[in-house]
Parts: sequence; C-alpha cells; structure tokens
Amino acid sequence: MGTILVYSERDDLAYELISQARRFQAVRGRSVAAALLGDPGDRAADFFAYGADRVFAANHPTLTGLRPEPVSAALAQIADSANADTVLVDSTRRGKELAPRLAQKLGAGCVTDAVAVRWENEWRADRSALGGNTVATDRIVSPRAVIAVMPKVFERGAKEARSGEVAQAPVTADAPPVRVVETRPKGGAGTSLDDAEIVIGIGRGFAKQEDLALAQALAEALGGEVGCSRTLATDFHWLGEDRMIGLSGKRLKPRLYLAIGISGQIQHTVGITGAKLIAAINSDKEAPIFEMADYGIVGDLYQVVPALTAKVRK
Amino acid sequence: MDIIVCVKQIVDLRQLRIKRETREPMLEGLPVVISDIDKNALEAAVRLKEAGGGKVTVLSLSASSRLKETIKEALAMGADEAVLLVDAAFENTDPLFTARALAEAVRKIGKFDLLLLGEGSADNYTGQVGPRLAEMLGLPQATFAVGIKPTDGGLRVTRNLDEVVEVVDVPLPALVTVLTEVNQPRIPALTQILRAGKKPIAEWKAADLGMSVPTRLTEVMSNLAPAQERKGEMFEGEGAVEKFAAALEREGLVKQR
Repeated sequence: MGTILVYSERDDLAYELISQARRFQAVRGRSVAAALLGDPGDRAADFFAYGADRVFAANHPTLTGLRPEPVSAALAQIADSANADTVLVDSTRRGKELAPRLAQKLGAGCVTDAVAVRWENEWRADRSALGGNTVATDRIVSPRAVIAVMPKVFERGAKEARSGEVAQAPVTADAPPVRVVETRPKGGAGTSLDDAEIVIGIGRGFAKQEDLALAQALAEALGGEVGCSRTLATDFHWLGEDRMIGLSGKRLKPRLYLAIGISGQIQHTVGITGAKLIAAINSDKEAPIFEMADYGIVGDLYQVVPALTAKVRK
Repeated sequence: MDIIVCVKQIVDLRQLRIKRETREPMLEGLPVVISDIDKNALEAAVRLKEAGGGKVTVLSLSASSRLKETIKEALAMGADEAVLLVDAAFENTDPLFTARALAEAVRKIGKFDLLLLGEGSADNYTGQVGPRLAEMLGLPQATFAVGIKPTDGGLRVTRNLDEVVEVVDVPLPALVTVLTEVNQPRIPALTQILRAGKKPIAEWKAADLGMSVPTRLTEVMSNLAPAQERKGEMFEGEGAVEKFAAALEREGLVKQR
C-alpha cells in the first residue's frame, strides 16, 4: 500500500496531478502510478516524464464513452493492482461524478473540489463550504482516499528524462447501461480565460448587451480576457457559459482580476479569490466586491471604463 | 413513473454572516430552507409526473426536528408524500453516512423508477451523495442534467459538462442529478400550501433503517471564511481613474499612455 494512483481523462490535468503526486511521494517514500484509459498511443512517455513510476493502461471497449460506471470499476481494479491507498483525479464535472463512485467502491473517504491538499500523516484537503462563504478543511480518516482536485491547484512540474514499462491492466468492466447518444462541444470553445493574466469580469452593472463593447475595448487595451457573473451567462446569455466565473463556473488565478459592475456575491467571488490582485469598478460604495479588492474606483462604469481604456495599454 | 427526490435542509445562506475577528460563520438561529438546487430536482420530478403519471416521494435526512415544517414547501410544490429521516445520529454526517441512510430508506420505500437529486447541496456542494448512492444501489447515474425527457422505457438526459454537452439514454431505474439550469422551480399557490398539510409524512429514525453509530470516512477539521489580505485602496471622484491607472502601473500590470 501507499502508492498514489493518478487518473484524468485530460492529459494536461494528469500531468499536474502526477507532478504533485511525485512531490507527495518524495515525502511519503512511496511510488506514483498513473492510469491510462482508452487508446494509450504514446501518451505513457509523458506520464513517465512528469513523474509516474508505473503506468497502467486499460483499453477496454467499455471505457470509451467515459461513463463513470465502467471507469470507476476499472480504476478500482487498477488501484488494487497498484497497491494504491490514494487516488487523485481532477475535479472537472467528469472527475467529480467519478470520484465519489470510485470512493464508494474502494471504501474510501473522498474530498471533491479540493483547492489545497496536504499530507500530514493523513490527507487533509481544503474545499469551499457554506455556499462559498467558508473554506472547510477535511481530514480523511479512512485508510484509503480519493481526492478530486480542481484544475490548476497543482503546478505541472518539469519533464525529466525518465521512462518505464507500461503494464496492461486486465480490467473487467460491464458495458455501461447508459448510452451516449451525442457529445457536442459548447459554443465559444477555445476561450483562453483559464490562462489569461488579466481577466475583466462583468456583471449586472451593464445595462444592455451592446455595452459589453466597453469591457471588450478595455480588455483589448490591457491584453486581457472578459469573463462574467452567472446571471450574464445563464439568464441573459450575453456571454457563453465558458466565460462564467464562480461557484458553478470557472475558478481563476490571474495576475489581475478587474470586476466591473459586479456586486461581489460570494457565489461569484469564490472563483477569483486566487487572483494575485483584485480591482473593482462599481457605482455602489457599499458593494461587497470592494471589501476584497486591492484597488477600487467608486463611480459610474459608463464614464470610468472608457476613461480608463484611453489611459492604459498593455 | 415513481420518483424519489432527495432534498436537504440547509441554513439560509443569504442570511449567513461571518464573525470578522474569528472568521467563523454565525450559524446560530439562522432560518432553515430547502437547498436551492434540490428544488430544481423536485420541479423536474413533478413535471415528469404531470406528463406521465406516477408518484413523487420527497426524502430528506436531518438531525433537526425543524425538517417536518421545512418539508411542507416540497409537498406544496407537488410532492405526494414525504419520508423524513430525523435522528440525532444524523448530526454532521459525512457524505458516506448520508448516502447510506438514504440508500436504506430507498430500499425500505421499495418501488421506484427514478432517484432525483441536485448536483450538490447549496451549502457543501461536494456532489458525493448522488454517485455514492447510485453505486450503493447499483444504479446507473446521469449527473449535471439540464434536460430530462421520458423515452420508451427510460430517459433522455442532456448533461452540461465543462467543455461539452452530452446527451445520454438512461434505462430505469436510475439516478439523475440536476443543475439549476434544468428548470425554474414553481412557487406554490396558497391552495397548494394548504393542501400540503394533509399529505402523508412518514418519520423514520436511524434504528428503523438498521443504522447505529455514525462511521465517518472524513471529518471537518475547520470551517472558516478565507483570510483576505487585500490592500483596499479606494479612489473616487476627480482623478480617480488616473490614480487607479497609476496603481496598476506600479504593480507592473499596465502602462499608461
């Protein structure tokens, strides 16, 4: 026991998890295993380079639809083969529906949406609680643990010149009872909000959709990207959901987050607490966003934003 | 279609305040409500019943006896009956214990075609109870639903994932969790509220489910508002934009024209 097993259906997230698993295991003196489900291609090489000691590949036909029923079954079998006491998965929606199901199979305690994970002779993980008002620290008291970690919490390490043998994992998994009829990419795919150094967040202070051009012009001047509050994406449909920031949207860590016309409801701000600097423009002096801002302008965004756009450049 | 909807009673988060000195949430004396997303699950269940018949049972677990009052809103919204698991043993349960209690209750209820839940509770949002419950009961799961349509012998569920929208066909019985986008929960009319008082409510204790001392896999060590060490420099009126731009320039983020 003591191996950390890593799985993500997205290789970029698997690299983050493997890199961090390597760091944990340097302390724990145990090994890192990674699961590669579906067509392995030559993907294992990078898994080794980021720090996996062993890679378990399972290319079972039931796994292709990423259904949690067979995927959790396969991962439970691989966790046993690898003598894993810990499984790290990503906390995207696919990861989040998988982790508890896998934990249930393994009799493991589970934390989802982890924003920090520490090994202190037991696993401790932070997650948001009370609707984003607080951060709870959970300790996992069971011998086995499944932790679903938010993207970008762990830093991807440097690749090293390492290699290893890929083990074929002889998993058995029933065909999933659920049939995937269609998978379609969401509109506006390919936004670079996740990686943007400057993010401008817009909210209900904007009276109509045409006015978003003001925010867009400022974003262009600053070389930033525009994101929004939940209302603008799901109620008004002014921007795609891929630009929604907060509890049910993205959690970002830009160098600067500039909130314009956003009051600062906790459901939104939970997505930006990781920003290095937070700035805000709002006409309401009492808006909660100012309580968490480094810099703020109290004023009418319709005057402030064009003035600021004229004043600054990248 | 017989549907069991699991709902959670939580404190009204809109009224939650944080103690500034200690960063502790002040939970004492807060009113309790049905978790927002769970109302979406209930609304989805009631719509399926209205379209195709059947029965909607609302199932809830709490250590608090206030649950019996809270659940009346669910009955007014269209649930036909309620099963309440109220016991001191359900204080601060972890997701495993909650799921076990719900699984035992579902087995005791017996006949059902569909279990509906919110994607997570509005307070803790772990999203664990649904998938754990599905695994315990050996059910297929369809999480993050934004659309649910009955088909011949099953459901067609549209799921909203991070980068894709996925449409799946789910055979019954199954467990489905919903996102708030799935519908707009109804606000019950006065007559429905009055009628709700007459609907049957069963109350079961932990012992009725064959459960005793809670076993935990996870424990909450601390739960505090995050420390925010921000500069809090505010500018207003004449020269505000200039001072703001200068501050951002000092931080090395922008240049002034």
